[in-house]
Amino acid sequence: MQVPSHFEYERATGVEEVLALLAKYGPEARVVAGGHSLLPMMKLRLATPDALIDINDVSELSYIRVEGDELLIGALVRHAELLASPVVAEHFPIFRDAERVIADPIVRNRGTIGGSLCQADPSEDLSAAFAAVRATVVIRNADGSRTLPVREFHTGPYETEVGDGELLTEVRVPIRPGGSSAYEKVDRRAGDWPLAAAGAALWLDGGTVADVGIGLTAVGAKHFVAAEAEEYLRGRPADEDSFAEAGRIAAEHCDPVADQRGPADYKRHLAGELTTRVLRRAAERART
Amino acid sequence: MKITVTVNGQEYDRDVEPRLLLVHFLRDELGLTGTHWGCDTSNCGVCTVCLDGTPVKSCTVLAVMADGKSVRTVEGLEQDGELDPVQKGFVECHGLQCGFCTPGMLMTSRWLLDNNPDPSDHEVREAISGQLCRCTGYENIVRAVRWAAEHPGTSTSTSTSEEEVTA
Amino acid sequence: MTDTHTGFGRMHRKEDARFIRGRGTYVDDVRLQGMLYGAVLHSPHAHARIISVDTSAAEAHPKVKAVITGETLASLNLAWMPTLSNDVQAVLATDKVRFQGQEVAFVVAEDHYSARDALELIDVDYEPLPVVADARRALDDDAPVIRDDVEGRTDNHIFDWEAGDRRRTDEVFAGADVVVAQDMLYPRVHPAPLETCGMVADMDKVTGKLTVWTTTQAPHAHRTLYALVAGLPEHKIRVISPDIGGGFGNKVGIYPGYVCAIVGSIVTGKPVKWMEDRSENLMTTSFARDYHMQGEIAATREGKILAVRVTTLADHGAFNGSAQPTRFPAGFFHVFTGSYDLEAAHCEVTGVYTNKAPGGVAYACSFRITEAVYLVERLVDVLAGELGVDPAELRLKNLLRPDQFPYTCATGWEYDSGDYAKTLRVALDMAGYDELRAEQAEKRAHGELMGIGLSFFTEAVGAGPRKHMDILGLGMADGAELRVHPTGKAVLRISVQSQGQGHETTFAQIVSQELGIPADDVEVVHGDTDQTPFGLGTYGSRSTPVSGAAAAVVTRKVRERARLVAGAMLEADPGDLEWEAGRWYVRGDQEAGVTIKDIAMAAHGNLELPEGVEGHLDATTVYNPPNLTYPYGAYICVVDVDPGTGKVSVRRFVAVDDCGVRINPMIVEGQVHGGLADGIGMALMQVMAFDDEGNHLGASFMDYLLPTSMECPSWELGETVTPSPHHPLGAKGVGESATVGSPVAVVNAVVDALKPYGVRHADMPLTPANVWRTIQGRPFRTDLAIT
Repeated sequence: MQVPSHFEYERATGVEEVLALLAKYGPEARVVAGGHSLLPMMKLRLATPDALIDINDVSELSYIRVEGDELLIGALVRHAELLASPVVAEHFPIFRDAERVIADPIVRNRGTIGGSLCQADPSEDLSAAFAAVRATVVIRNADGSRTLPVREFHTGPYETEVGDGELLTEVRVPIRPGGSSAYEKVDRRAGDWPLAAAGAALWLDGGTVADVGIGLTAVGAKHFVAAEAEEYLRGRPADEDSFAEAGRIAAEHCDPVADQRGPADYKRHLAGELTTRVLRRAAERART
Repeated sequence: MKITVTVNGQEYDRDVEPRLLLVHFLRDELGLTGTHWGCDTSNCGVCTVCLDGTPVKSCTVLAVMADGKSVRTVEGLEQDGELDPVQKGFVECHGLQCGFCTPGMLMTSRWLLDNNPDPSDHEVREAISGQLCRCTGYENIVRAVRWAAEHPGTSTSTSTSEEEVTA
Repeated sequence: MTDTHTGFGRMHRKEDARFIRGRGTYVDDVRLQGMLYGAVLHSPHAHARIISVDTSAAEAHPKVKAVITGETLASLNLAWMPTLSNDVQAVLATDKVRFQGQEVAFVVAEDHYSARDALELIDVDYEPLPVVADARRALDDDAPVIRDDVEGRTDNHIFDWEAGDRRRTDEVFAGADVVVAQDMLYPRVHPAPLETCGMVADMDKVTGKLTVWTTTQAPHAHRTLYALVAGLPEHKIRVISPDIGGGFGNKVGIYPGYVCAIVGSIVTGKPVKWMEDRSENLMTTSFARDYHMQGEIAATREGKILAVRVTTLADHGAFNGSAQPTRFPAGFFHVFTGSYDLEAAHCEVTGVYTNKAPGGVAYACSFRITEAVYLVERLVDVLAGELGVDPAELRLKNLLRPDQFPYTCATGWEYDSGDYAKTLRVALDMAGYDELRAEQAEKRAHGELMGIGLSFFTEAVGAGPRKHMDILGLGMADGAELRVHPTGKAVLRISVQSQGQGHETTFAQIVSQELGIPADDVEVVHGDTDQTPFGLGTYGSRSTPVSGAAAAVVTRKVRERARLVAGAMLEADPGDLEWEAGRWYVRGDQEAGVTIKDIAMAAHGNLELPEGVEGHLDATTVYNPPNLTYPYGAYICVVDVDPGTGKVSVRRFVAVDDCGVRINPMIVEGQVHGGLADGIGMALMQVMAFDDEGNHLGASFMDYLLPTSMECPSWELGETVTPSPHHPLGAKGVGESATVGSPVAVVNAVVDALKPYGVRHADMPLTPANVWRTIQGRPFRTDLAIT
């Protein structure tokens, strides 16, 4: 079996301690929680951090709660917890849809929300889901904390706004009435990474789209967002024609690359097809 | 570094490298070779054990992460000479052939039944969907878990941490 | 859970008791005093000249005990080893590397982690060479010559081989009303057992004895090969194949890592363990298939199938390591005549070298029969489409009739027994075929894509008659030894080895059936060459057909010996004794009888035995099968295809197998279940593709996908029983039936679903992208990089 090379290990129990350890070890330290992205890369020796800072015991980051008109999700929340949460299901069916198809149940027991976002894999599901619902993220550092829209969080493949000495601590999702959401992914097999996936959050004003968020993953959409399709849809009738056209626009503006999961034209097609499907489903849910 | 891990109810103190994977800790340090490994990328799930009562893939957990925690492996399923119903179910329903994925499947099955004592076939399939089996085509594993659900008998919880047992 | 079960029938497996407790002993569970750990350095290039290998930094690692390179091995005359196809393969590369992942160096260290660390300290200087990754380019004039280690070689051609009567076949084709051609690829796949390959080698310098614990499906054949390769005396080699975590053909061959572990132990004087990681397993050990087939089928307008012919390009990788009986370089591919009464058939197969891993192993395919079945069953479906007839009807019309058996097919196989139409009808009834067709028509009217796929397969398994079949000169007959202890408990020693098939149970049941004692009173010893008689191992579904027969024969010998002893005990002429389950009695006097238990004690006691009877109760035998056995089956797969995404869902799978007499029906069903899942995997997701540079594009379980519980439906099994007339138990073997028969049923179902788009063929795997592109009329090569 492949095994990681040497590193130092520290276990933190609080955010302040994590930040202190990050300062101590410098830029070659990595934060680890579930470890399901990082440890395989370390085994393959594609990642060779000097130190790992284990945040599994930082229980202050393990919460899902509603405060005011926001859903707050701690970075240490496990995928399985997000999937099982009644309050998440009530407000954002998109996460239930997504979490059911992220990795597998055993990996979901361990993998965390913060870890998924920070890994910033261009095929990661939650990045698209959070983009669709226009979440914001909270990043802590020695000077305090800053928030920024999740749509500005990813700066490129495997790159985020989280800088040296910083820690993603929370994701906030605005709760707005009158809408619903959905997510759909196409994979080759259960537990596979997506060939493409789309998430939509839709707010209706009668028969009209009052507002919409569309997230796409694995298709090279900038910041995981189908911005042009969103723009088109706002104010349009929430009907099949609009959703089909939004799908077409989403497909046109994404930039997938071919790999063994499929050729680029297929992924582009999926971007459109899935965009239309999740809009349709989100609208159905919003109406009921 | 020095760690203390409770495995199947017994406390072990060991001095290990931080990079030691939990699966190797169990197999090589403690000689508990019932937990197998089958890939490098946390896809196959044959290394599944329960960490503080929750199944995890032990090839993707560091032994140091288990410091102060409790682990349960296949060796801990049988209690006082009495097989766990999932063990019986796998025999009854021919839920295993080569036996390599079996320990991990048993741990997940026990956890599933602890949380959902009467799962549907589909729920069983979902629960084991992160664990590969090359022999059974899964059918008899599903039947075995269903058998265990129908014969709860003397089931033993996935958790062996005293805290949780008394909680 | 003790069992007093006697004879054939469903009974719990004896081996389960240890497995459910985590008490199995697999190779990686073996721990010896002072054991060291080996790790292999692999080539990142698919084709490159080795300029230099610098191991100094690795050797300086404080925990490293030895670093072995091709040069080290060359000095021991061990740099190359024979393959199962009479080619040679580099153990560690000396001149060139010829596929990505080829073994270059071997590190032995105090622990596994240090051995891995030391690999990074070895510096190899490569000069990359042009690559041939596509078999279809291998014979091009400008293709680089891969095997320039063989003097005078100027191309990548390995062999041309043909079977059947070409002239007669061409005549039938020329005169046929309808001829349909279809090119198809059975892509390169990997057996991928969950336990990778490995070995613990322990050379005892004092006794000169080498003991290896290793993942082998053929311990005796491996022992002989080690003797031949390493020049070690064969009686000083003990091969132990302990519990094996699945084989599926992957553990038939001998891999460089095994030889390195042995050399490592010889060099260090300590036991050495080497276990592959998953990438090593997928990249370097035996692949299967990689057959590029151009098939044709000829028929009358009324739908009588007349002939089949095929030209095949076989990609054997960088070394010809294909596992099959010597005289059959394409395995048993020429049983592509299938289950039909053909007037003529012909195939020609050309084997080529490419810069890909060697192998060509029986991945649950009975020596290329899965390719054969895929070919003929796809062609029959294509023909049905051409003729506009229902594929079930076309098959029923052409299946061999019971009165035609034994039947010699157009390529020379003698099919032993069958009632094919009956089996297909059972499957059609179970599936509710007519209702399914009606549902499909309704769905099509709404634009929904539902497909129904059939396959009817005939296998030729149980290799084989030693007159025709050997591997590297070793005949394919199997020994068996049975000893009944004084108290009536028995030990059966067999040459075949279980990788999950449940031999400890099934073989005990054979003895139990023949001797009338409980199966639990029979201990089956296997997987240890010092403890068992010679035989060629477990693959090609040969355990029950060959060793199962040996077990029956040896038990009957013991029973006959028992008759002589019973005669002495009963003071009767042995010829006047009758047998009933477990006892001999005097004909006409049921009361006057003795049980095997009584006889066993007497045979070991002071009873005066007739002249010529030596005492004790044991026997040995070597079973040389008179023919192969021909299991068959009818499979029906129902799929739904999402036209918007190309995603295939297998809704139902009906499998009706006829494997002759079933010794333990529970185990038979389990074997079928596993094979069906494998079929889903191959048809829908498993593939090892390579890019132009020869990079392996499926080198982990993230990229080489195996089916999970979610892709597999709840299997619906049925059976018919047509005993083999020449097997002592009437059994035919079933280990690979489902893997052979199921992939094409899935493909036929998907192609059937895509009929509204005019699709008549699509190559595996039918991934969502492949299906969608097929719908668009723009399929891609599934064995190459997707661009």
